[in-house]
Amino acid sequence: MKKSVVIPTLVLLVALAAFPLVAPLFGMEFYIGFVRRVLIMALAAASLNFILGFGGMVALGHAGFIGVGAYTVVAFADAGVMSAWVLWPMAALVAGLVAALIGTVALRTRGVYFIMTTLAFAQMLYFIAVSLRKYGGDDGYTLPARPELGRGIDLANESTFYWVVLVLVALALGWMHRATRSRFGHALMGIRDNETRMRALGYPVFRIQLVAFAIAGAVAGLAGALLAGGNGFISPGAMHWTQSATLVVMVVIGGLGRSWGGPVGAAVWLLLEEVLKQYSEYWHLPLGLLLIAVALWAPKGLAALSRRKKAVTA
Amino acid sequence: MTGILFLEQLLNGLGFGLMLFLLAAGLTLVFGIMDVLNLAHGSLFMSGAYVAAQAHQQSGSFVAAIALAVLVTVVVAALLEVLLMRQLYKRDHLAQVLATFGVILVADDLVKMIWGPSPVMAPTPAALSGPIEIIDGLPYPAYRLVILGAGVLVALALYLLVNHTRVGMRVRAGASDRPMAELMGVHVGRIFNGVFLLGAALAALAGALMGPIVAVQVGMGEQILIPALVVLVIGGIGSVRGAFVAALLVGLVDTIGRAFLPMLLRATLPPATAADLGPLFAEVAMYALMVVVLIFRPSGLFSART
Repeated sequence: MKKSVVIPTLVLLVALAAFPLVAPLFGMEFYIGFVRRVLIMALAAASLNFILGFGGMVALGHAGFIGVGAYTVVAFADAGVMSAWVLWPMAALVAGLVAALIGTVALRTRGVYFIMTTLAFAQMLYFIAVSLRKYGGDDGYTLPARPELGRGIDLANESTFYWVVLVLVALALGWMHRATRSRFGHALMGIRDNETRMRALGYPVFRIQLVAFAIAGAVAGLAGALLAGGNGFISPGAMHWTQSATLVVMVVIGGLGRSWGGPVGAAVWLLLEEVLKQYSEYWHLPLGLLLIAVALWAPKGLAALSRRKKAVTA
Repeated sequence: MTGILFLEQLLNGLGFGLMLFLLAAGLTLVFGIMDVLNLAHGSLFMSGAYVAAQAHQQSGSFVAAIALAVLVTVVVAALLEVLLMRQLYKRDHLAQVLATFGVILVADDLVKMIWGPSPVMAPTPAALSGPIEIIDGLPYPAYRLVILGAGVLVALALYLLVNHTRVGMRVRAGASDRPMAELMGVHVGRIFNGVFLLGAALAALAGALMGPIVAVQVGMGEQILIPALVVLVIGGIGSVRGAFVAALLVGLVDTIGRAFLPMLLRATLPPATAADLGPLFAEVAMYALMVVVLIFRPSGLFSART
């Protein structure tokens, strides 16, 4: 990591960690839950950016993996298992396996066919969730309680749960950042930029893409587990294709293939949503116009703006 | 008895398939020629349904309502083309997905502003509200027969236009190899304008016809968009013939999934399991079909591009 990035990152982490302590002073307790949701969606968006931005795979079904993670938690909780040490790793594992299976088929196709195949699989996952009457079907499922971490950590406490989410998200983001800087990450970006050349160089293109796809699925599954734990509720709505599209939107707004792309995009999108909702019931319209504007005039996303400025001044 | 039920479901499936074809034909030509993925195509469908429902309620004339719906939607599409689609030609698919998803958000809110958040009543034309006995013992709603007939007619007209006219030849040339077509003197840009507006007209027609059968509500465009995209992908991008075959296939598979698989499940599995799996198969059938097709033919059944 470059030195210039370390200090702002640490400042941001400290600020985020201090938020639950500071918020009550300003009567903003409500926003602890909101910032937690932003953190979780930042994780989900970053996992999509891993394959979309760094891997060049335009997957339009990422919300499906969030759902698999969330419903894994539901299935275990329904069976009486409430330990987070089981729930969260299992959510990531199951979502990762499902992603690997889907990737095996989807990665045989290219371009729009890949977009559509990932979408088709996500639709199937969505309808599986709808048909799970044991877990509430269309109406969704209310978890009996927050997962338990033991060791004196009480996740039912909003601030404690927030901090646990913050630590997990920070670790996962840091790990994914390192993965993109590793040999594996460079190979992935090489495939994005020129697949034929990488194949000619002897790289196992399919395997690299599949591993990346599975990792992204697993991280999205973890995000789903945290989402379910935080809200205490999950419904198939979280897996609707418009949710997958929203994740793509977040990544593109934030910045494709940039470490901060996912988090920045998720934060900007959710903040705008929250603010606009307070002013008008027609809050989709300005968001839609913003999307069109970004697509036309800032295709590299917000995270690229700072760099462009630097390039101009240099 | 089962024979009649089968025939009835077959007709339902064909009707649904033909409506999907009206949507997918425009979508596949636009994609094939200009390489633009237009997620807002469903919004044009929604526009057709809303305008037709309102015009029908006020004028009482179903035919006039459909004509107005098509006209209004074509004007909207022309605006959309000038203001947005032109800027998107040279962009990658991701930018197109982003921008046209933005259009969906805008369109849904505009419709909500104009018609309110609750569904709008789209009356069935009075003369067609009763059933017609096609063969002995099979009364079939007259309105659905009209939809079937209209779908077949439009599909036929489109087939003749694309495959047996000079304009159609240019359209096909643009879809299969745009740079070559341009070298040969085809104004692909101008052809595209026509195709985009024709696609909008077909989407509006489908919306206007489907209105009385499905709920006319905000978000109906997104619901129908995905099956239309499935049709486009199964058929092969840029191919009208592919879209037609795929649309009928999807319509039939969807119906089989909805009507017959649950029956089969009930006959073979414990009732609780069957009740759980039935709806699942109904919804998943067309996506499973698409995945199977793509495994064996990764660029669809009749891809216009080689």
